[in-house]
Amino acid sequence: MRDTLYIPLRPWPTLGVVAALALLPLAAATLGQPFYVVFATRVLIYALIATSLNLLIGYGGMVSFGHAAFVGAGAYAVAMLMPAGVASAWLLWPAALLAGAGFAFLVGAVSLRTRGVYFIMITLAFAQMAYYLVLSLRVLGSDDGLTLSNRPSLGLVDLNRDTTFYYAALAILLAALAGMRVLLNAPLGRALQGIRDNETRMEAIGFATYRLKLLVFVIAGAAAGLGGGLLVSLNGLVGPNLLNWTQSGLLMIMVILGGAGRLLGGALGAVLLLVVEEAIAEHTIHWPLVIGVVLLAVVLFAPQGLSGLMRRRA
Amino acid sequence: MTMLRVGGLQKHFGGVLAVDDVDLELAEGELHAVIGPNGAGKTTLIHLLSGALKADAGVIVLDGRDVTRLAMHRRVRLGLARSYQITSVFPNITVLENLALAVQGASGRDDRDRARTELGAVGLGARADDLAGALAHGERRRLELGLALATGARLLLLDEPMAGMGPEEAARIVDLLSALKRKRTILLVEHDMDAVFRLADRITTLVDGRVIASGAPEEIRRHPEVRRAYLGEEAPQ
Repeated sequence: MRDTLYIPLRPWPTLGVVAALALLPLAAATLGQPFYVVFATRVLIYALIATSLNLLIGYGGMVSFGHAAFVGAGAYAVAMLMPAGVASAWLLWPAALLAGAGFAFLVGAVSLRTRGVYFIMITLAFAQMAYYLVLSLRVLGSDDGLTLSNRPSLGLVDLNRDTTFYYAALAILLAALAGMRVLLNAPLGRALQGIRDNETRMEAIGFATYRLKLLVFVIAGAAAGLGGGLLVSLNGLVGPNLLNWTQSGLLMIMVILGGAGRLLGGALGAVLLLVVEEAIAEHTIHWPLVIGVVLLAVVLFAPQGLSGLMRRRA
Repeated sequence: MTMLRVGGLQKHFGGVLAVDDVDLELAEGELHAVIGPNGAGKTTLIHLLSGALKADAGVIVLDGRDVTRLAMHRRVRLGLARSYQITSVFPNITVLENLALAVQGASGRDDRDRARTELGAVGLGARADDLAGALAHGERRRLELGLALATGARLLLLDEPMAGMGPEEAARIVDLLSALKRKRTILLVEHDMDAVFRLADRITTLVDGRVIASGAPEEIRRHPEVRRAYLGEEAPQ
């Protein structure tokens, strides 16, 4: 029996990639480039955030142009709670997750009543409202943002060590990807992809499409919020720019580059974009131009993104 | 037992009354055809009954329960499903997966065995693993019908299931609907008069959104207004 929607687990390639990622801090230490561990951690966190957006765009057909708002909700939740005395990552990161989920519920409940271009515009509008709100609130640091004196604590391990933080982020990303695979292979995932392809017909065969979309929107918002909480924990600072529409656009570019509707699309896109940025930014300030050309090439010649290309060769 | 009772149903688009004070009653197990010229409001009627459109006035009672204000998916769960005049399937997944989705939609469970049973019912057993987008027109029309059937609905609203079909394919649909008769209650909108008069227990004729006649096929065939407005003189004898 053919199963077109099932996402198989390829054990050997998966194990290979995970092993390589696990060895990365050792390699960086050997090469005497510890800075790359922090950079790689940032990539992992963006991979988590872009993956959550891929769930919306690639699998749910919900082209959200306001995903940065949920990242911001999670980041500011952590940045507010830490100075108030909450130091444990076991509390802070779930709080970031809940902040993202809660805000996504509010935005989704309204936005998901619309479709197509209207949905894109209304999610953008909500995100920009959040951006200007943060910008104008003194308690959130206005345009200076907020800084943290310390990284959260995670029980026995010390997140102030970059390598430890890297492994924590890696574990979270892998758990999120595994969870997403389970979700997509479950009946809910099939329903989601049915809604993406033909929402009206899905209603006509009995699916409560609005409720299903809202559920997935909240899940994606939660993951984005967690990503925001991780970012501020890593960097020790957060500014309103994290919520700006350019951030939402950057996340969308990651999804398109990596492959919308592919399990690893968001993660691959995040790696590609951030590595290219890192590699070119020191040579030219015109690096966005390079990204633009790459994006154009992907849309024209590899509409399923990087993961689509890899699949074709496999 | 009354499966569907519709009273005073009304819908207008701007100044145009598309469905004007329509009353309708379907007994359980009945195959009730709705005929009428293009623009008579037949598809709008199906939109209203299925919940795709909200009625401006009137009541829709399904099996003793008022569903007038219920969303489309709620009506499906209560046993009312529709098919579309313009084929609306999921082209990127297999035929079997299409039907499994419909089973899941109505029951909440991904039950492949039931999907396979429905597949046989619409004669697509040999195409189970083909992508729905690869089907020929007639097969796609049968899959369209199969999606409505697979919800397990007791009341089916079928919007021109034979649209665009050649005589052979149309005959298959007639056979299929004959086999369904009595097992399910069916409201059939169709332009193929041979099929309608062969299958229907009762026929309602709609013109300009109004019911001009309703009754047994023989009555409708002889009805002077129906002949003038729609059937013409070449009505099947």
